[in-house]
Amino acid sequence: MIRAKRPKVELLSRTFVEKIIGEALLLLERQGVFVENAEARALFKLAGMSVDETHFRVLIRQKLIEESLASTPSAFKIYDRSGKKAFTIGRDHVHFDPGSAAVKILDHTTRQERRPETGDLIRLSRLTEACEHIHFQSTALVSGDVPENIADSYRLFLSLQFSSKPIVTGTFRTTGFRPMFEMLAAVRGGSDELRRKPLAIFDACPSPPLKWSNLTAQSLIDCARAGIPSELISMGLTGATSPVTIAGTLVQHVAENLAGLAICQLAGKGVPVIFGGSPASFDMRKGTTPMGAIETMMIDMSYAQIGKHLGLPTHAYMGLSDAKINDSQSGLETSMGAVLAALAGINVVSGAGMVDFESAQSLEKILIDNEICGMAYRLIEGVAQRDEPLALSLFEKLGPESQFLTMPHTRKWYRIEHMLTSLADRDTYDAWAAQGAKSMADRAHERIDQILGGTAPNLLSYDLQKELRRIMLDDAVINGSGSLPEIRF
Amino acid sequence: MELKNRLLRMMAAAIVEGDKETAEVLARKALAEKLDLHEVIDKGYLPGIQKVGELWEKGEYFLPELITSAECMKAAMAVLRPSLEASHANSLSRGKIVIGTIEGDIHDIGKNLVASMLSANGFEVMDLGADVKLTRFIDKAQETQAEIICLSALLTTTMLNQGRLIELLKERGLRERFKVLVGGAPVTRKWAADIGADGYGENAPSAVKLALEISPKRGQL
Repeated sequence: MIRAKRPKVELLSRTFVEKIIGEALLLLERQGVFVENAEARALFKLAGMSVDETHFRVLIRQKLIEESLASTPSAFKIYDRSGKKAFTIGRDHVHFDPGSAAVKILDHTTRQERRPETGDLIRLSRLTEACEHIHFQSTALVSGDVPENIADSYRLFLSLQFSSKPIVTGTFRTTGFRPMFEMLAAVRGGSDELRRKPLAIFDACPSPPLKWSNLTAQSLIDCARAGIPSELISMGLTGATSPVTIAGTLVQHVAENLAGLAICQLAGKGVPVIFGGSPASFDMRKGTTPMGAIETMMIDMSYAQIGKHLGLPTHAYMGLSDAKINDSQSGLETSMGAVLAALAGINVVSGAGMVDFESAQSLEKILIDNEICGMAYRLIEGVAQRDEPLALSLFEKLGPESQFLTMPHTRKWYRIEHMLTSLADRDTYDAWAAQGAKSMADRAHERIDQILGGTAPNLLSYDLQKELRRIMLDDAVINGSGSLPEIRF
Repeated sequence: MELKNRLLRMMAAAIVEGDKETAEVLARKALAEKLDLHEVIDKGYLPGIQKVGELWEKGEYFLPELITSAECMKAAMAVLRPSLEASHANSLSRGKIVIGTIEGDIHDIGKNLVASMLSANGFEVMDLGADVKLTRFIDKAQETQAEIICLSALLTTTMLNQGRLIELLKERGLRERFKVLVGGAPVTRKWAADIGADGYGENAPSAVKLALEISPKRGQL
């Protein structure tokens, strides 16, 4: 039997990959990076790097990068809430998750964005749980009904309760890590277990060009010490905060990520680190950061290829849209991104549900994107040989009146060879019109209620809910608020 | 006369082309020739930056051209400034503006653009940077006797602080003293009206237009 060939797309030649890495290493050695975090600077100093304590500049020698690359696993496993289901992050495995930390939610009925609240976070988490092709959840919305200074931990508090999937998250403040870590450790049954079976990935974004802020470097250090995987999200904007050429931006991207990788490995040798990003082709007219631009996706695919070349797990912000509603643009940008990410073999692909650059989430879009991700998965499964011979034996049985519909062979394979969609419209015109001539977004909107009304939420045990609530309340009290919004579902 | 007109045309062209070196050379030439600096700015450089604004509106110029021309303008003004200050500094300002990205927000690309364009168009701009405390906007505006406060915000969460600044001005009995303009990606005309701001600029050139319209010193240059 001939196995399916995994379809794969690479944009760069090997020579080009090596040239970009070469310049990035020189950049780190000559120009260095600005490291705002004192502890991170101390780590670099201890490793023998030249550290300018006045200007916070650290020059990183190639040897340290090589050591950091050597101690970072090329693949690792992340586990769901129960600790039973594992997902490999590395090689060409692809996992989609909702785009993270949206500050707005798109209301389907009014077609307007509004501030998300506790109930929205719960609904989004529950919908993600129901989406077969979205393997991970993320703390995708920032709840506007709690104070900003606990908004990071509050997202995790809700996500952990309402979905069992592994979580992509991150801190908004240097003190945010502690309560978030406590929640994760509680769910996992202790910090050692959490180290052994990671449940969450923490995103950390360097500030372009070439700067690791106090907050983000602290997140890298805290995660590394706890054995929690960090995802490095370099985010240059071509021609604004990074060179305008794609290759030039890649040099900066690689340098920023490698500096972050070094911080992680210095703080916790061997901790998993994902080579990721959220760069964009800066719009020279509007001053915006289009995630749906083809050049943005070209940058993503290229740095992911470089990450793979370096032997690292990869991540990208793809499969999201700049459109403000679920329209044609939204579908085209999301599909293009999800398909290209899958073809590039990017391990963690963040973006599902997102519209309006990276600022809004749409519940309807999560469901639509689930179907897009399903198609992308089907595509990379490729074409396999199922039978020997392929078809000759079928034709032997074929008479002038016969067809394939009733053949056992058809029944055996049709669900495996072909993906059944549930939101894409494949009706005849009349059937579509008879059902109210609805758009895909309308159908997705109706599906939300079916899912939320038809299934019980996948809740944490009562004891763990209580424990998370205690941790969350402690965090709230320390930060000046004595109560939390009511949780209803 | 002939020479002067030629120089004025070249000044405008240097700004339109974004040729910083030429813009500076011409400014030094103006000083050497003892030209009326009022005229140099008004009929030389300013028409250049105005042309840049028009090209932007027509969709011919993009951000790189816009910001480069604004930087050229700044460079030329830097050459002229010492002599201007020696003679009649204040009358050469279209007004004083305090600008910054609001508390909690560290995004400043948009704000920098607006600040550059305002300053290129003859305003005295005090740029307080990013993540600026509300009280600092007010203190600085009082201290420098500015007419306008410009507030930028990129996040919906920090956008709320624009409204708080206006409240704070009211509390201190200073609301009538300053014009408040707001901008930033999530900001809309409706939001500006809701919080009682004096105006909303969608982009840098429209912020300039707005500032020129509401500045008490309009047309006084």
